Amino acid sequence: MRHLLVLGAGTAGTTLVNKMRRLLPEEEWAITIVDPRTEHHYQPGYLFIPFGHYSPAQVTKPQSGFIPAGVRWIAADVDEIRPEDNRVVLGDGSALHYDQLVIATGTIPRPDQTPGMTGPEWRKSVFDFYTLEGATALRDALAEWDGGRLVVHITETPIKCPVAPLEFSFLADAWFRRRGLRDRVEIVYVTPLDGAFTKPIASKRLGGMLEEREIRVETDFYVEHIDNDDRLLVSYDEREIPFDLLVTVPLNMGAEFVARSGLGDELNFVPVDPANFLSKKWDNIFAIGDAADLPISKAGSVAHFAVEVFAENFLHHIAGEPMPIRFDGHANCFVESGDGKGLLIDFNYDTEPLPGKYPLPVVGPFSLLEESRLNHLGKLMFKTIYWNALLPGRDLPLPALMSMAGKKVPESESEEDLRKEALL
Amino acid sequence: MSLTTIAGHEVHVDDEGFMTEYDEWTEEVGKQLAANIGLDLSDRHRDVIRWLRDDYCEQGETATLRRVSTKAGIPTKDLFTLFPKKPAKKMAYVAGLPKPAGCV
Repeated sequence: MRHLLVLGAGTAGTTLVNKMRRLLPEEEWAITIVDPRTEHHYQPGYLFIPFGHYSPAQVTKPQSGFIPAGVRWIAADVDEIRPEDNRVVLGDGSALHYDQLVIATGTIPRPDQTPGMTGPEWRKSVFDFYTLEGATALRDALAEWDGGRLVVHITETPIKCPVAPLEFSFLADAWFRRRGLRDRVEIVYVTPLDGAFTKPIASKRLGGMLEEREIRVETDFYVEHIDNDDRLLVSYDEREIPFDLLVTVPLNMGAEFVARSGLGDELNFVPVDPANFLSKKWDNIFAIGDAADLPISKAGSVAHFAVEVFAENFLHHIAGEPMPIRFDGHANCFVESGDGKGLLIDFNYDTEPLPGKYPLPVVGPFSLLEESRLNHLGKLMFKTIYWNALLPGRDLPLPALMSMAGKKVPESESEEDLRKEALL
Repeated sequence: MSLTTIAGHEVHVDDEGFMTEYDEWTEEVGKQLAANIGLDLSDRHRDVIRWLRDDYCEQGETATLRRVSTKAGIPTKDLFTLFPKKPAKKMAYVAGLPKPAGCV
């Protein structure tokens, strides 16, 4: 009997054990998943909690409902991986042997890594929305807030769901307008990037949307510390941005045990082959989803497409054959833009988000890089798909690899406009 | 992608002027690249650039600011002093390395 051990029961880990249990014969392979959490959160739903669109109960379900029969779930912390012994040591000191190991422990917001972030103003005027507690505390603060300067801030890239802070800004703008508060609120978007997004065409479109909403963008801003007394974001090059309400995306890091096990990079993400998620150091360790150092968005859609590629490749890998499918970094994300509308972006390692239709050319029904009501409905509908089809590892009618069908590459005349003075 | 002459050497650069061929870089080219963006290289600059080039050789990608501060032990604050405003890009530009992949 061989043993597939999966660490982490988030989107990637849960989907993976469901798929693999169907593909691997029970008499040959045991599957174990380790995660101390007893609840599974629909994380894309966090974004809607501060505005009261979702309640915490709507984004939470018992984890046990998603672990299939034939998979053992151990609710424990991981202390260390000992790759040379093929063993994982758990928090209570017990050890598990594995033949194949998958690290799927995601990325974790680490407000403790920025001086002052968890100071006296934490959850008073300084909030995050990447945790259920943070999103809920922010909801309560927003309900009482009667205006001032709202700063939406990204500490450093990479972050999970990189469009979420933009979505938060769009939704905040719409929410304040609806409540008749918008003229008393100044919104500033502060980013370490040189624009609203990394990729030029999407950055221009999304940057334009910030401008239309009178949201000022402060670029190339690397926070050094947060001054709690004067409520300031202070950068390494000594710029200061005052706030009345700060909504920050803290530094994202992989799990600490990854670092303790000597398997992480400087942010505890696991260096892997981006084509097949195999560790660069060990040929029986994979990292999938946000835990890996893939050069693409840390996002549930990537985890989902990656698991599909992994599942097929893994059967070859354990048979001692080369893995036939090369993952292309396929990502797609709905981007809420407020007032019941949204955009959709679809991209991969090599192709930036482009305008067009998805998943089918011309008929769509979803529009790429363009606001529509249907994109918003798609985003809302996705919650049902997530619980009922994605997590249980059912096949969705979306190809794992990106397609150029339906995408329009803009004429190159615009390319020059898109390029900024990169360096000066 | 185009060919240009820097400090008397023909080098390949991308649309934004970042060199694309690791081996075409020399100290002289680096000095000229620095001058292009208004930097006069000190020994401290040269230490950073050397480390970046070595790291690129091992990793196959341009180090992020965090990587430089944690692995090379050069505080981020110093990097902002040495390469003002956009240190990650400026370091890569002078070191003849690809523009750091802005993580998406």
